[in-house]
Amino acid sequence: MDQISRQLYWRKNLQYLAFLLTFWFVVSFGCGILFVDFLDQYKIGGFGLGFWFAQQGAIYFFVIQIVIYVILMNRLDRRFGLEDKSEQKKESNGGNP
Amino acid sequence: MSAEVWTYLLVGLSFTLYIGIAIWSRAGTTGDFYIAGGNVPPMVNGLATAADWMSAASFISMAGLISFMGRDGTVYLMGWTGGYVLLALLLAPYLRKFGKYTVPDFVGDRYYSNVARVVAVVCAIFISFTYVAGQMRGVGIVFSRFLDVDINTGVVIGMAIVFFYAVLGGMKGITYTQVAQYCVLIFAYMVPAFFISFMFTDIAIPQLGFGSQLSDGSGLTVLERLNQLSTELGFDPYTDGQKSTLDVFFITAALMVGTAGLPHVLVRFYTVPKVADARSSAGWALLFIALLYTTAPAISAFARTNILDTVANMPYEEAPSWFSNWEAIGLITFDDKNDDGIVQYRGPHATDYENELNIDKDIIVLANPEIADLPAWVIGLIAAGGLAAALSTAAGLLLVISSSVAHDLLKKTFKPDISERQELLIARIAAGVAVVIAGYFGINPPGFVAQVVAFAFGLAAASFFPVMVLGIFWKRMNKYGAIFGMITGIGFTAAYIIFFKFVSPELNSAEHWFLGISPEGIGTLGMLINVVVSVSVSLVTPPPPKEIQQFVEDIRVPV
Repeated sequence: MDQISRQLYWRKNLQYLAFLLTFWFVVSFGCGILFVDFLDQYKIGGFGLGFWFAQQGAIYFFVIQIVIYVILMNRLDRRFGLEDKSEQKKESNGGNP
Repeated sequence: MSAEVWTYLLVGLSFTLYIGIAIWSRAGTTGDFYIAGGNVPPMVNGLATAADWMSAASFISMAGLISFMGRDGTVYLMGWTGGYVLLALLLAPYLRKFGKYTVPDFVGDRYYSNVARVVAVVCAIFISFTYVAGQMRGVGIVFSRFLDVDINTGVVIGMAIVFFYAVLGGMKGITYTQVAQYCVLIFAYMVPAFFISFMFTDIAIPQLGFGSQLSDGSGLTVLERLNQLSTELGFDPYTDGQKSTLDVFFITAALMVGTAGLPHVLVRFYTVPKVADARSSAGWALLFIALLYTTAPAISAFARTNILDTVANMPYEEAPSWFSNWEAIGLITFDDKNDDGIVQYRGPHATDYENELNIDKDIIVLANPEIADLPAWVIGLIAAGGLAAALSTAAGLLLVISSSVAHDLLKKTFKPDISERQELLIARIAAGVAVVIAGYFGINPPGFVAQVVAFAFGLAAASFFPVMVLGIFWKRMNKYGAIFGMITGIGFTAAYIIFFKFVSPELNSAEHWFLGISPEGIGTLGMLINVVVSVSVSLVTPPPPKEIQQFVEDIRVPV
């Protein structure tokens, strides 16, 4: 792999990270801590929205973020021809959550 | 069958299973022993990571802590799950690409320095030992309450089991027993939760029941009823926070970053075949953890409502049998201050009576099946689950200690000429010695273990995390930055904690804390200090050699 496509790959990776980590910060520290009282005026089922984020929602979003990350990175690997094709280990590849 | 027979049966069956797996998965090489041959499928690694990570604290204590903290319990819920996002995005894939055996390995190689390696070994061993002592204690408590053997015998039985599969199988044995342990512990956690949620709300899924109407015809939701009961008895409303926003922020961050810096979790990502597998196994791990972590706050709320309803104004003579069971071993204490024979359970704002009841937070999960009157086999299941949670974490930590000694200290630093066979033997002996030391601390816990366990996170946050992330994302970071960063980060954090917890505990309150940050949350600040020191020191010292910059380039791409 040449120097330029390495750099492109890395820059794209950093963009994904910036996007996902912002999302991560907003659902946890934002909705669950900093704006929790403000969000509590809205309801989701029997929960105040802020309380729901603090004790349930943030965790669901964490899982979703990793799934998005896995999908984005696998696609990026494919686009740059960076999949690991070591054959004997093929059967263990069915594990995207 | 009685609860006790069920407990013997279920605990006995689960232990037989662990031993069977240990015999089937013996380790033949150091690669097997340290990283299970690097051949673990990502979903299996996710299961093992979840069991590795969820300790006696998650299984036994967390729901209880939350039920006494209300909304502030989020520091544990978000703090102990959000770190997996950091792990997946910032560390796991790059560590897998690096592809060696331990965390100090990475630090030593990236910073081309055995000093950095040894500092990392010391941090890893310190963090792991404080943690493992707490697990052994958990094993002892479960044995003594459910099986009527004393705590020390319980610890010895637990040690024997861990000794067997950790020493024989190393990471390979540990991985596959952890998979079995995850299944046991999640089943044990979910079954009573389904029952209780259904009892209260007619909805069996606790995550939904938690936010629904009670089925008692009152028309109130679970949380409305809980707030009402809490205020009546002089407690703060359950859905309000008591801690300052800043402190909640810092504690949550310290636990998240600490999670991403814990060596026994990090090494699990070396065990999968490929970089892409490291990413997806972090996702699997968090999914399996989230199952328990979204159930826990529901259990907290149901159990709290149940307890307030049952015991708040109960005549002592009519106390149910669980009440006297737990009173007998001192986890519930009742002091009839006004001699009226009635239990008055009151919070700090109550004006009618003084509080007469103390409930240990740990019994919320352990006693829940009895409190909710569930069938006897559910009680046995809880015991098996608690043991699975404690043993799986203990084994992961012991392996970190063993590999730090055999691989990082001997093979890589002091005696590079030992053969693989000798290294494997030393790793086994080190694991055995570590089991015995951990058992000793389980039987004679130093008074501060419980507190120190929580601080292990702060220390991990302030030492490993910044050094590893900067090592991957900033090529200019050099060994001087790493060494000074780790030492100032961990030094500052440890000094702050030791000052408020051991030197001047009487000053440990919000008005004396620096910027209002509690010792639990100070790791976040320690981490920031580490980053500032690392960056400044690196910039005024020579850049790392060419081959290290190439090394960083290489771990950034998956093949």
